[in-house]
Amino acid sequence: MIEPVTRAPQRRHAFPPNWWARIGWLVLAAYVAYALGRLDFSWDRFVTGLDNGARFIGRMLPPRIAQPDSLAKGLIESLEIAILASSMGILLSLPIGLFAARNLMPVWATWPARAIIAAARSFHPVIVAIIFVKAVGFGALAGICALVVASIGFIGKLFAEAIEEISLKQVEAVRATGASFMNVILFGVLPQVFGRFIGFATYQLDSNLRNSTMVGIVGAGGIGGTLFSAFQRFDYDFVAAILLSIIAMIMVGEVLATWVRGVFLEKGKVDEE
Amino acid sequence: MNPALAHVESRTWRRFTPRQRLARFSVYLTLVVAIVLSARTVEVIPEFLYDAPEQMRDLLERMWPISWSHYPKGVHDALVETLHIATLGTLFALVMALPVGLMAANNVVPNRLVNYLAKLVLVSSRSVNSLVWALLFVAVFGPGALAGTLAIAFRSVGFVGKLFGEALEESNRGTIEALEATGAPWSSRLAWGYWPQVKPAFWSIALFRWDINVRESAVLGLVGAGGIGMALDTALNLFQWDRVAMVLFSIFSVVVVAEIIVTQIRRKIL
Repeated sequence: MIEPVTRAPQRRHAFPPNWWARIGWLVLAAYVAYALGRLDFSWDRFVTGLDNGARFIGRMLPPRIAQPDSLAKGLIESLEIAILASSMGILLSLPIGLFAARNLMPVWATWPARAIIAAARSFHPVIVAIIFVKAVGFGALAGICALVVASIGFIGKLFAEAIEEISLKQVEAVRATGASFMNVILFGVLPQVFGRFIGFATYQLDSNLRNSTMVGIVGAGGIGGTLFSAFQRFDYDFVAAILLSIIAMIMVGEVLATWVRGVFLEKGKVDEE
Repeated sequence: MNPALAHVESRTWRRFTPRQRLARFSVYLTLVVAIVLSARTVEVIPEFLYDAPEQMRDLLERMWPISWSHYPKGVHDALVETLHIATLGTLFALVMALPVGLMAANNVVPNRLVNYLAKLVLVSSRSVNSLVWALLFVAVFGPGALAGTLAIAFRSVGFVGKLFGEALEESNRGTIEALEATGAPWSSRLAWGYWPQVKPAFWSIALFRWDINVRESAVLGLVGAGGIGMALDTALNLFQWDRVAMVLFSIFSVVVVAEIIVTQIRRKIL
């Protein structure tokens, strides 16, 4: 016997409502309302802010290079900090990254290397710079040390991850020839990660250049000190000039980094970050 | 030997063309010259380096024991404020980055001029450091968490917008064409064609940026933009190193916890 169809089969909606997502959005909205309340943001403050902002921009224009000497000196020092910190940081992070790779190294080697990388990554370069200013005094050296730490954290981590993703067949093949450990690394591991390594290295140089313009805020050398003191003296037109020159330097750096990646990597494989 | 093959034998195989080799060589040369020049001209006072270990020991001695009692009254509120700055800043950035990212993607808005303008906005957001954004907003809105939140938001727009735009450009054309064929309007194409494809990428970018922002918002207080950096700045200016140690320890814990949260969420939803 055939049961008579009492009810039309329910039509499946193409886009069924996702209640979890809706609850998530509600929670998010509630959080935003709560957190905004804590910022003591009021309409008055916004209007005064706009007023201030207009005056601020007015005083920034036209940009004026009040102290060409200190501007040039600061920019060059930032550049030097970035270059030295990147080269030293990259050199140091190579062995550390290698030791942190879990597919090649025993546990007793990966643990300390991973701890160093995690410690180096956990603080912002400017905070690390504060510590080094105390340790080695004001000036470029503190900035270099701080950015070396930052480079170890970033490149060490990515390098270790890149090594963990390599094909072990080539490593085995090199090992089968009776190659020493160094030769296994040189001919079995490094060629596989070289391309990605160039990518990290140029990215880190770029990132160090950006940060080297900032560590000066805590006295660790570079253009940041000049920028911060111009701010505190309300020399906003000089501030504008400094900012524009920093941006110009960073953009030139970015173009150069892209070019270097193009030289070392095959076309179409240039990946960013 | 076969004479016909002689010229073949004498040809050596090289991996790169002369032009490639020249380019590589010039990169190496520039690198060496840059490092040598920098090392020779940078102003480093070696005398400072000699007593660095001693200074470091002194620093650690002053930092120990960590002033745990400072946490309830001096650190806790600032720490919570830092988290609010990072989270709200990221949310604002997401809201602002959605339209800019859409405009930057050539397959969504096929207009070169609009793409170019959107990319200009994204590049300028990224090329100004969050500390500089903070300085600017402190000058405009006065010191406090508002300046910090806006600084984080404006710095993150470029990052999120760029990656979101790239994710959009990589989305599958077929789905969109199918929707177009049904006569779906632009808004439906966005909501049911593009969005489901880029949703995982979008949330992954958001989490990634939030993780970065937790670290960055910890330093904004150094220029007066609120959060734990203000507590750090006060302790530093008064040379209360045991309190500095407390602040650093709390930043460290928050950063570690944030990273664990991000990894867990990523594993669950992606």
